[in-house]
This record gives sequence, C-alpha cells and structure tokens, in this order.
Amino acid sequence: MRNIFAVAGVVIKELYRRKDFYVLFIVTILICLVMASVNIFNDAKIARYLKEICLLLVWVSSLIIAITTPARQIPAERENRTLLPLLAKPLTRLELIVGKFLGCWLACGVALLCFYIFFGALSATREHEWPLLQYFQAVMLHWFMLGIVVALSLLGSLVFAAPSSNSTICFVVVGGILFVGRHLDQIALTLKEPVRTIVYSLYFAIPHLELFDVRDLVIHNWPLIPWTYFCLALLYALAYMTVFLTGACLVFRRKAVN
Amino acid sequence: MLFIFCFGLAAKLQPQFQAMPLSRAKGDILNVVLGDSRRLFANEFYVKADAYYHSGYYPTMFDDNAAFKTAHMAEDTGAVNSKNKGDEAGFLGPKRNWIDAFSRHFYPDHHSHLDEGGPTDELGKSDQVREILPWLKLSADLDPDNVQTYTVTAFWLRERMHKVAEADAVLHEGLRNCPGSYDILFELGRLYDESYHDKDRARNVWEEAARRWNNLSPAEKQENPFIMEQIATHLAKLEEDAGNLPRAAEWFATAQKVSRTPDAIQVQINRLKGKLGEDFNPLMKPLY
Repeated sequence: MRNIFAVAGVVIKELYRRKDFYVLFIVTILICLVMASVNIFNDAKIARYLKEICLLLVWVSSLIIAITTPARQIPAERENRTLLPLLAKPLTRLELIVGKFLGCWLACGVALLCFYIFFGALSATREHEWPLLQYFQAVMLHWFMLGIVVALSLLGSLVFAAPSSNSTICFVVVGGILFVGRHLDQIALTLKEPVRTIVYSLYFAIPHLELFDVRDLVIHNWPLIPWTYFCLALLYALAYMTVFLTGACLVFRRKAVN
Repeated sequence: MLFIFCFGLAAKLQPQFQAMPLSRAKGDILNVVLGDSRRLFANEFYVKADAYYHSGYYPTMFDDNAAFKTAHMAEDTGAVNSKNKGDEAGFLGPKRNWIDAFSRHFYPDHHSHLDEGGPTDELGKSDQVREILPWLKLSADLDPDNVQTYTVTAFWLRERMHKVAEADAVLHEGLRNCPGSYDILFELGRLYDESYHDKDRARNVWEEAARRWNNLSPAEKQENPFIMEQIATHLAKLEEDAGNLPRAAEWFATAQKVSRTPDAIQVQINRLKGKLGEDFNPLMKPLY
C-alpha cells in the first residue's frame, strides 16, 4: 500500500505544479463574477442562473482534469523513460496502475473541493443559506463519477496510441453518455433489429454517468436524495471503477514497457 | 501614405456603414456576434425559463411533451390560449427498467410551479418565481420581436415580485420593439388597472388593443381570438364597476362572439340586463 500511496502522491504534486487547474479555476471565477454583476430588474436575490452557470463550469473543468490527467500518466512515463526504472523497483504493474488511478482520483477530489467551496460561497451571497448535506451529496456523487472517468481514461491510455486520441475519444464517450445515456432505451425502441438489440445492450452495459449529475437538484433546492439510493449509487460507481481498473491491469500486464 | 489613405477611407465610410439598415454595427454585443441566428437561441432560453418555473422537472425531446406545448409560465398569466393536452405530471411515463427507476431519485421527479411554492410546496416562497426572469430577459434581448416574452416577464414582475415600475418599463420596451401589439397593450392595461388603479388609462389602453385586434384580417383573428375575449371581458368589468352598464353589456357581447364558452358570457349579459331592468324601473316591487 505504501508504494501505491507514493505513486499517488507524485500524481497529486504534478497536478498543483501544472497550470491546468489554476487556469480552469480562475476562468470559472472570472466568468461567475461577471455573471453575478449583471443587474436583473434590480433584484439582488436571483441566484439559480448563477448556480447553473457555475456548476456547468465546474463540471466542464472537472471533466477536463479527470480525462487529461490520467491520459498522460503512462505515456509520459514511457516518453521520459522512467517506466522501466519504476517497475525495476519493488513496484508491481498492478501497484503502478492503482497508484496512478488513486493519484488522479484524489487530485480530482482536491480540485473539486476548491470548485465547490467557491460555488458554495457564491450561492450563499445570494441565497444566504448553506445546505451542507445537499452539497455533500452532490460533491461525493460528482467525485465518484470522476473516478469512473479517471479509470476509463487510464484504460484508454494503455489501449490508444497517443494521449490526444485517448482524450478525444474519452470526451466523446463521456459527453455522449451524459447527454444521451438516460434515453438510449427509448432510442432503441425506435430502431429495427439487430440495431435495436445492440443499442439496448449498450444501454445496460455503459456506466450511467448521468445518474451522478444532480445539478438540477442543487440548483432548484430539491430535498436530499434518500441515503439508501445515495450509497447504492456510490457502490455502482465503485463497481465500474473496478471493472475499468481490472481491464487496465490486464492490458498493462501484457504490454511491453521498453 | 497607404496607412493614411486607409485610415481616411475608414473614417469616411464608417458613418455610412453604421447608418445602413442591415448593419450589425449598432446594437449590443449579442446582435453583433450572432446576427439573426440569435433568434434560434431566444426560444431555447424561453423554454429554459419555463423549465426553471418547474424547478427543473421538464420534458426532454425524448419525453412526451404534449402537456408543455404552451409554456405554463405563460398559461398561468391568463393572457395566453393554452394548447396543452395530456398529463403534465406524468410525461416521464411508467418506469421502464431498473436503471430508469433508480435514476429517478437523482433528478427532479414531480410537477410543481415556482409561484405555488416549488417542489417543497412552500407557499410562502412563491416569490421564487424571480428565478425565471434572467432567462426571459435574455430571450427578450435575443429576440425583441417575441411579444409573449414581454407580457410574461411583466406579469410575474408585477404579480409576484411587486416591481410595478420594472414591469411598466418592460412593457414599454416591448411596445417600442413591437409597435401596436395588442397582447402588450392588454398587459399594460392590466398593469394600469390592477397595480396603479388608474381605470381611465386602463380603459384607453384596452380600447386601443381592441381596435388593433379588430384591424386584423379574418385569418389573423381566427389565430388568436382568446386575447380579444380577455380584452372585451376586462373592459366589460371595468365599465360595470364604473356603473356604465349598457357599455358593459356591449363589451360582453363582443367577448361572446369570439369566446369558446359563449354560454358563460350569456349568463353575464343576462345578469347585466337584469340590473339594467331594475335601474330602469326602481319603483317596481315584487308581487310576492
């Protein structure tokens, strides 16, 4: 476990040494502050449009970090010729993969925390309340969703040739699931066989990332999600993380590192 | 030399370019950047406002949206004819599989209106309808020719936010962009009547709205008879309150011609005729 945490620590340090997070964070803050300065019929209490814009920027930024950070981990180690020395130490391939995953996931968690603290402060200036439990649920669901994305991107980095192609494919897949994933079964019903069966199978096979998108509940101040379903959703995410990480380990085990 | 020539030519042509009718140099940044394509986005933001009115519980393109053809935020103003059919609370339909059933706990899952307290039914928070205003304002900026955006915005500003001056300003901006719109004139009349209690101005504005509607072609009148019914009914009530019963009866008769429920209006006409009869013969006493 010590080796895994050592690898994870290096990944986290890499996140705050690179400019990606700071640029995204500052752009988010600037856009939100400009939107907050707009006068809408002399009413200072209007908050939901601001919450929506802020959460949209948080989601876009977090997805950029979650896809690009793991996408370059293994390829960067290979390019810098540090992969062989790493594996020559008492560090197994499994530990390397899990360590990279954990580092990327924790890094996403730290970034998410910063974004949501800003979001909470921004919405508190308008609504004058802090629904902490609701924010906790939103942050945890978001973080676990990013865990699935990180695992997917890590698997992609071992399958695809370059980080750029991996990132592009991951963005397309994740975007497709978020926009259309919930409705794939309805789309399947309008198609003819055998495409209908393929789409239906896809609907049950893909990780339903849109489950974790609870922005509407946060924006419109809906009551809490029942804790049973909340915990089941986290378990659902852990299951898919395990599937993708297992796939990554299996692929990496057979891959030449020189 | 070339630079000076170019600068001079630009300075000479610039006023002519700005004065051109199709020039996008005048107007706000949205007009300059998007041009006429801004109208495509205007409708999206109008629908977004209605989604906010429902606290996020809104059909997507994959759901049954027969009950959302007319925006509910517009329907609830009482000035728009509804084309909605079907169950507004059940567009999601029955649960299709375990993923669908599970996922319904993670997004808005029941019907509510912001002016009725939202998803928690807290009637004391009916002023939360303010949240639809930014999207309506953006929609109006992107498509200044959409009359309904102004009337809906003004109604909620006046009715729930108690911002009568702002509602007045929105309606006048609407009249500048859509001169002679009877919908906007009707809403302006309601503002004068219900908020300013200025019956004379309300009467003048409503009568102007009625004249504008009467100047339409028969085909255009067929498209929107509901607004004329509203104008005539409001004028009838105004005249009745002022004691001008014959005029009130005339307006009810006008409303009856365009109404889908002429029998209900006939009841009002009969009531007024009865009152007119009592006024004409005040000394008549019942036999029993």
